[in-house]
Amino acid sequence: MSAEGSSSIDALGQFKLTTALGPIGASVNFTQANLMMIVASVLTLGLLWLGMRPRAMVPGRFQAAAELAYETIMKMCVDGIGHEGKKFFPIVFTLFFFILFGNLLGVFPYFFTFNSHIAITLSLSLFVFVLVTVVALREHGLHFFSYFLPKGIPGVLAPLMVAIELISYLSRIISLSVRLFANMMAGHVMLEVFASFIVMLGGIGLLGYFPAGLSLVVNTGLIGFELLVASLQAYVFAVLTCIYLHDAVHLH
Amino acid sequence: MKKDKGGADGSFEDRLNAARGKQGLDPRPKSPKDSGGTGPSPMGIGLRVGVELVSAMVVAVAIGYGLDWVFGTRPILMVVFVPLGGAAGVLNVWRLLAPKPGR
Repeated sequence: MSAEGSSSIDALGQFKLTTALGPIGASVNFTQANLMMIVASVLTLGLLWLGMRPRAMVPGRFQAAAELAYETIMKMCVDGIGHEGKKFFPIVFTLFFFILFGNLLGVFPYFFTFNSHIAITLSLSLFVFVLVTVVALREHGLHFFSYFLPKGIPGVLAPLMVAIELISYLSRIISLSVRLFANMMAGHVMLEVFASFIVMLGGIGLLGYFPAGLSLVVNTGLIGFELLVASLQAYVFAVLTCIYLHDAVHLH
Repeated sequence: MKKDKGGADGSFEDRLNAARGKQGLDPRPKSPKDSGGTGPSPMGIGLRVGVELVSAMVVAVAIGYGLDWVFGTRPILMVVFVPLGGAAGVLNVWRLLAPKPGR
């Protein structure tokens, strides 16, 4: 920690991208965000592969975790999308666990939260948006465009409603990505700010020990809060993906 | 709860249900008050509403600005699209908070 003596808090420096894996990573611009993505994917695969290896009738802890993961997402898909939801189970599962492990890994010190970059959350939500639109077009063909004109609208209002519905449909991209990005970034900025308080207040001597301890307590609480937000945001992203897919499959 | 030590009083089903209830294994019967369950926190709802409103506005401004750039009518289309964006934001919030017909 270099904050001792310095009077400014560098809360955003933690989101700076640097290259990982030494000279090899530097030559292909392989950043630590890419590294964490690979780690998150490997952890997801590892959970399923190692967890399901025993294939026990009565599952052990690890197998129970893997089965619970499978069943939770399957239930989310079937509840959210309907019977057709089973088709979309793999994509929802992948999205959920990619985001979940990315968020959870970010809580560890020295690790990087790739979901705190809007470039990544925006790519995820654009992917979901394109998927939803393609599914809707495949299921309903050109009839899909009736989605933008709710029933029972007087003819005069129709152009206005189409514009509003179109904007509302497009705004999903922004709301889906900004929600995840803002939650992850805000949490990490708060952690950084309170951690800086500990060091700065602890540095000014006897008077600072009590507020420094208080900041430590707050920071400990924030870590727990961050774990909650990490899981909750992954869940919200997956649930919203299901809701959008439901709209695509059923058109209301 | 009456004391039964596996005696003859009460059928097996009754005793099983009592034991399950004591261990908290059965879901509690829902009272009409908390039929919503543990929904999202007020803070979470507020954040979501804010994000929905802002994102609709961002998209509308982007469309208006982009169309202006294409047609060279600098402020006009943006002015047209900003109220539409506000309306779309309210529509988003209504979709989020509208009472569900099933409940």
